Amino acid sequence: MKRRLFECFSLAKCVAFLAVLPLFVFTFIFIIGPLVYMLVLSFLQRAEVWGVVNKFTLKNYIDIFKPIYLKTFIESFKLALTTTFLIAIIGYPFGYFMAKLDGKWKKRMMFILFIPFWTSSLIRLYGWIIIFRANGILDKLLMALNITDAPLKLLYTYPAVVVGMVYALLPFMIYSVYSSAEKLDWSLVEAARDLGASSLQAFWTISFRLTMPGLLSGVVLTFIPSMGLFFIADILGGNKVVLVGNLIQEQLMKAHNWPFAAALSVVLMILTSLMIYIYRRISNVKELEGLV
Amino acid sequence: MDDYILQLDRIEKSFGDVKVLKGLSLSVRPGEFITLLGPSGCGKTTTLRIIAGLEKPDKGKVYLEGKDVTNEEPNKRNVNTVFQNYALFPHMTVEGNISYSLRLKRLDRAKIKKAVSEALELVQLVGFEKRMPHELSGGQKQRVAIARAVVNEPKVLLLDEPLGALDLQLRRQMQTELKRLQKHLGITFVYITHDQEEALNMSDRIAVMRDGKFEQIGTPQEVYDHPKTSYVARFVGSANIIKGTAYNVNEHTVVFKNDAGIGVVAKYSGNIAHGQKVTVAVRSEHIKLNLVNYNSNVTGLKGVVKEKTFAGGLLQIIVALADGNELVASRHGIDSSLVPGDDVIVTWAPGNAVLVDLEGAHEKETI
Repeated sequence: MKRRLFECFSLAKCVAFLAVLPLFVFTFIFIIGPLVYMLVLSFLQRAEVWGVVNKFTLKNYIDIFKPIYLKTFIESFKLALTTTFLIAIIGYPFGYFMAKLDGKWKKRMMFILFIPFWTSSLIRLYGWIIIFRANGILDKLLMALNITDAPLKLLYTYPAVVVGMVYALLPFMIYSVYSSAEKLDWSLVEAARDLGASSLQAFWTISFRLTMPGLLSGVVLTFIPSMGLFFIADILGGNKVVLVGNLIQEQLMKAHNWPFAAALSVVLMILTSLMIYIYRRISNVKELEGLV
Repeated sequence: MDDYILQLDRIEKSFGDVKVLKGLSLSVRPGEFITLLGPSGCGKTTTLRIIAGLEKPDKGKVYLEGKDVTNEEPNKRNVNTVFQNYALFPHMTVEGNISYSLRLKRLDRAKIKKAVSEALELVQLVGFEKRMPHELSGGQKQRVAIARAVVNEPKVLLLDEPLGALDLQLRRQMQTELKRLQKHLGITFVYITHDQEEALNMSDRIAVMRDGKFEQIGTPQEVYDHPKTSYVARFVGSANIIKGTAYNVNEHTVVFKNDAGIGVVAKYSGNIAHGQKVTVAVRSEHIKLNLVNYNSNVTGLKGVVKEKTFAGGLLQIIVALADGNELVASRHGIDSSLVPGDDVIVTWAPGNAVLVDLEGAHEKETI
């Protein structure tokens, strides 16, 4: 028994253990700890004025099924679907053709895509306000081109929120598709052409199938955040578009109902985890480009 | 012109500033096994890609069964390729890979199934239908790639160093099998290799390529026994190249001399004038070494034995000639009594020497 103990603490193992220890500590403090705290919180009651009462309840979860909250979930889901669909349509060809560029242009495109990230995403959203607001840049442009007669007043509408979401999350799709198209062996496409496939057939049966993991991980990467990007809905949607993210933020910051906010977060997490699970099942891809 | 299944007419191709193909012409008869032989970088693969339609030539024409297909898309050509890296579709089973071209043609299921099982039988992979490419060994992938290409019944099958990635034993086995397959199917093969042994073993004709041009096109025997250029002699037969000046020319032989002495070479064609510079190729197994002490009256090229090595069942004797050049003599077995430092006279039977690099030795650039 004693010998075993010593074997366990041989020098090499000891060093290896110490090397990964910070990782464990970090994971525990910043990921597992908060998760457990949130889970526990979601089963507690809110105090009358401030904070929580340590009493078990299921009320928070039952409340979610009230029509008003349920509707928020459904709205969020719809918006996330629309956003993801648009992003896929724009981002897939973008990433795919970017991977086909030669080395110099690939680097340049990458650089151009990265430039906006040097500015805070909040400030970039204010840029959209300038474009969208009544008699803003877009309205003036459309009127100058005689496409519309009167200002469209796009700011604080649903489409404005969708544009903001697509804008914010598009790069994730592009990178994700790009990285899988980059790995694509183009000689396979040539082989398909050689075997009688037209370029469209070769794309559909070979390139698209083999870049599917990139597309799917892009979908996961954009769908999940778009359920919760409350500040975009806030800034571009005014109070008209309320998402789960907004609801959570409101419950936490304004209503001070922490347990309910926690319960909403838990449900959102379960839903998104479910999504990932479904994707893994249908795509049959073990590794969604290193995502899950 | 109609007798040929495939013709290349003065094909030229450049990538950027680099001219890869410099006017290639080739005519292939139906059912022929023709090999493009040359070192890497000589333009073999580009030639194949142009035939397949994966690359467009800058100049020149490609004809398939007499029809100009130079600007046809690859999928419109009845030509299939076995790629060097096999290029099997990783997301399809063996069956899916082989049936790919047939499914594109929308044949009915029963027909496809039958064709696939016949193709698998042909390459001796029955029972592998449901395997994925990553579950196959190199040799098996190779067979699937061949089955996938022949199931479409192409007029011409292009093979790009198909055995390059296999080990020696498997290569030999596959050489025999490919030859059998080609005879059985009667399909024209255009085969690429840099291995002269492979080319000599399998081909009906060999086109020796150098630097974007065909150096010589002929049967293995012609290319091996009567190389037209010193390049072909060296690449195909590992021959010694000896230069000299003709000084005695008669109907059948040419005697030449250089700083090491004199040599005799049989004359098959061409007019050799007295005093003309000549280049002679002699394969190492035909070189005779006569020890000076006992055969002092022999005339030939003077030299000294420099080194003896034994490799692959062959004894190789390197001789330093009096004019500073070196040549190699080879023998089977290890019975040579010569030792380094021995003075020798180098001779050969005139019929075993070939005059190369004569005027007009290069392939004409016309069909």
